[in-house]
Amino acid sequence: MTKHLTTRRDGDALQLDLCGEWRVEGLAAIDSELKRIDLAGVRHLSIRTHQVTVLDLSAAWRLREFLERLRQLDVQVNFEGGVEPEQLRVIDKTLARSPYRAPAGEETEVEPVEALGRHVVRTWREMVDGLAFLGRVLVTFARALGSVRRLRPISVARHVWDTGVTAIPIVSLIAFLISVIIAYMSAQQLAAFGAEIFVVDLVTIGVLRELGVLLTAIIVAGRSGSAFAAEIGAMQLNEEVDALKAIGVDPFEVLVVPRVVGLVISLPLLTIIADGIGLAGGALLTRYLLDMPFTQYLERVDDAISPTTFWVGVLKAPVFGTLIAMAGVFRGMQVRDSSRELGRLTTVAVVQSIFLVILADALFAVLFMELDI
Amino acid sequence: MAAPRPIVEVRGIVNRFGAQVVHDGLDMEVLPNEVFGIVGGSGSGKSVLLRTILGLRRPQAGTVCLDGRDISHLSEQELRHVKAGYGVTFQEGALFTSLTVLQNVQLPMIEHLHLPGSVRDELAMLKVRLVGLPPEAAQKYPSQLSGGMVKRAALARALALDPRLLFLDEPTSGLDPISAAAFDELLMELHSQLKLTVVMITHDLDTIFRTCNRVGVIVDKKMESDTLEGIVRHQHPWIQAYFHGERASARLGGHGT
Repeated sequence: MTKHLTTRRDGDALQLDLCGEWRVEGLAAIDSELKRIDLAGVRHLSIRTHQVTVLDLSAAWRLREFLERLRQLDVQVNFEGGVEPEQLRVIDKTLARSPYRAPAGEETEVEPVEALGRHVVRTWREMVDGLAFLGRVLVTFARALGSVRRLRPISVARHVWDTGVTAIPIVSLIAFLISVIIAYMSAQQLAAFGAEIFVVDLVTIGVLRELGVLLTAIIVAGRSGSAFAAEIGAMQLNEEVDALKAIGVDPFEVLVVPRVVGLVISLPLLTIIADGIGLAGGALLTRYLLDMPFTQYLERVDDAISPTTFWVGVLKAPVFGTLIAMAGVFRGMQVRDSSRELGRLTTVAVVQSIFLVILADALFAVLFMELDI
Repeated sequence: MAAPRPIVEVRGIVNRFGAQVVHDGLDMEVLPNEVFGIVGGSGSGKSVLLRTILGLRRPQAGTVCLDGRDISHLSEQELRHVKAGYGVTFQEGALFTSLTVLQNVQLPMIEHLHLPGSVRDELAMLKVRLVGLPPEAAQKYPSQLSGGMVKRAALARALALDPRLLFLDEPTSGLDPISAAAFDELLMELHSQLKLTVVMITHDLDTIFRTCNRVGVIVDKKMESDTLEGIVRHQHPWIQAYFHGERASARLGGHGT
């Protein structure tokens, strides 16, 4: 490694010859070389810099720190020729311009009780905000109902395409797989009682009533809830939402309502597709697993379900769609200032929409039970 | 004495987007310790040229040499080293929004240098103050800064590693004339004190006349470059219109041309 300095001691005087490149890349080496200088008993220091090829600002800062330390030890510091390197003068000038203040430390620690309190208040405010948001969406929607144009059919169609049509392959695959899972699991258990025929009941009722719609909603939450949050969040960061407001366009009307309406349309349709694929999967499975002919499967399905079984599942879909769209859009609109917020709120949107879907599904289960459906 | 070796040397650059040719055999040279202004109409490919020079975009043909090294033939490691040797500011500042100003300035130091935290804090703070930001600004997030402060913070980040070469993309756009003048002044101060070479894209005639030694104008997919005095006398109609339009005439009067 090249040296950055040489020293010559003469009684209580020290001659310091700086040489080579004093660059920020070599700062660690420079620091250690400065530290190694034996300063015991030094009263005078003279510095020669004519052999330095480069002295950048960072290295000059370290040199200056070193000299400051010496001056505090009452050492006389002289530059040969009496002229400081320009870089040192730049630093002096910069420091003179504004008084130095060490960067403030981290935020003070918050006491546990205080943290709990803050959390409660924040959660409460968020719930109020969420309700206000819901109200605003409903009012905007009600107003938009007055004219077709304000319902933004083209925008709605785009969201039906994005959230619905393009999700068909993955939703179908998942629906098929879930029927495989139920069929295999139940076939094994029911075989013990010789009641394999009930596999059909389990698959049809399970898929139609609960799993078809629930899994579809969860997939859509992951796909579209996140997309809503990220898209609107990025628009917030880019001041596009403010631009809309400034143009006199209600962002709720052009951004929020079309997404909610779009998802409310596409989720039931996806659910019907998932139901169909689930039943088809059941047919295939029972055929190979139980050697049941297709006609017998159909008969059994017909016996197992009532008309309400299908509708109970499909009716939940618009509710789930509303919850997912609301969570995504609401979180997207909350994005402010930084890209980290965008990521955080997108995550929150997905987690919350899945949570809300499952919560709503639980409430539906209790409700339908009480209604005896 | 032989002419000094150019610090930026661009030869025969061709940039195409589909059928649209942006640069067709463009040459450009920047000598050490110059302030070189890049001028051109909207859509003439100034930013594309800058991205090409920075190695963010590979041109269809031509070479870019920084400090005499062809950047398209460098290994990952060498390229990293070259990148540590120049500072860049982008048009919109491109500060990292989730980091404070001080952290923004420290980021290149963390990535390229191994320094103890306290030294890094001090050096970053020095850069923040060097560009004329108040020390309080260091703890702020980019969203809390005004447009002029964002430009300065971006400059502080560009200066984090004490580069000798600085690329600025429209450093004064969006600033009021007084802030823009202050920024130009700051730039000239840094240029003379730190012996920086500056390559700057700008539309601001004031900035050009205040700071640039030489100017390169992108016309007809090539670059015409000359000293400031030379370029204003150039016969190309676009250059004539640019420097002798209504807005420019007043200034030229003061330059004795």
